Amino acid sequence: MCGAPKQGGSLAGVDLSTQTVIQGSVWHDGAPVAGAYVRLLDATGEFTAEVVTSPEGEFRFFAAPGQWTLRSLAPVGRAERAIDAEVGLNETTLAIS
Amino acid sequence: MSRSDVLVTADWAQEHLGDPGIVFVEVDEDTSAYDGGHLEGAVKLDWKTDLQDPLRRDFVGREAFEALLSSRGIGNDDTVVLYGGNNNWFAAYAYWYFKLYGHRDVKLVDGGRKKWELDGRPLSKDTVERPATTYRASEPDLSIRAFRDEVVASIGSKNIIDVRSPDEFSGKILAPAHLPQEQAQKGGHVPTAMNIPWSKAANEDGTFKSDEELAKLYAEQGFDEAKPTIAYCRIGERSSHTWFVLRELLGKSDVKNYDGSWVEYGSLVGVPIEK
Repeated sequence: MCGAPKQGGSLAGVDLSTQTVIQGSVWHDGAPVAGAYVRLLDATGEFTAEVVTSPEGEFRFFAAPGQWTLRSLAPVGRAERAIDAEVGLNETTLAIS
Repeated sequence: MSRSDVLVTADWAQEHLGDPGIVFVEVDEDTSAYDGGHLEGAVKLDWKTDLQDPLRRDFVGREAFEALLSSRGIGNDDTVVLYGGNNNWFAAYAYWYFKLYGHRDVKLVDGGRKKWELDGRPLSKDTVERPATTYRASEPDLSIRAFRDEVVASIGSKNIIDVRSPDEFSGKILAPAHLPQEQAQKGGHVPTAMNIPWSKAANEDGTFKSDEELAKLYAEQGFDEAKPTIAYCRIGERSSHTWFVLRELLGKSDVKNYDGSWVEYGSLVGVPIEK
């Protein structure tokens, strides 16, 4: 499989002692943005993965410890945020201004 | 073969929805995207349940492919216009697959579902029924498909292009980062492979870069025009995207997709791996 699993929801079955999960949601005007394209860029700015946010605006990546950048693309606009991830759960929000 | 023979714009697609002789086909791994809204009149193909053998790791056979296309109402003379999510990964895989079974006229919608959605173009939830056809496929064209022994034998002699992200190439992660990272295979890449991620061939909206940009990209990365080429990724769909760029857009000869890709190679006993 290479397609993204359903975004958001439970982390049951995910071993947070070994996995580096980066997750969060995309917001605009005080509401979550469904159907936004969120991509994960590595420390050099190269594309690593992309998912489409859930109806609740959620996204989730399984990465590795280190520096990453999240960038969202949606008809209402774009947002970007750098994140320094560690093993376990790393949560953040992308706000489209 | 040139760009206009194999790639159509979203505008072109929107203008030709419903035209006789043109069948729009959405290809995804998760067809819930199609069910939530698709191009008007488009039929769907499920990458996994329709295009993969249910038992072995392989394509469906020629007869099963004929039955599949017949049931979807696709005829041998139809122009098949493919699009999908994930920046057209699975649509490009289906493009390669249709070519493998000898379909004459196949095209991709540039940018796929993503550009269509970002442009705010209309999607339909109507059920699509097309009258069944009697589709006839050719024997698989193995000049565009590489198997593991050929990959091992090509180390140091052919262009081997690893189209995964740099972190997968280096073995830091084992799958694209939207998937859990627990995998059986070893991390790393085929020795002498060039890492030219598929994403370098695409713009952010999922459209392909211009022919000039693409030619420059591969030349800069050391692509040798005199040598045959094998592209691979993790399971063969991102490398279909690059196969499409090299063979269909840039017109290079002797380009194969190794669909066994890293899931197979990284599990083989005794083959060389670099990190």
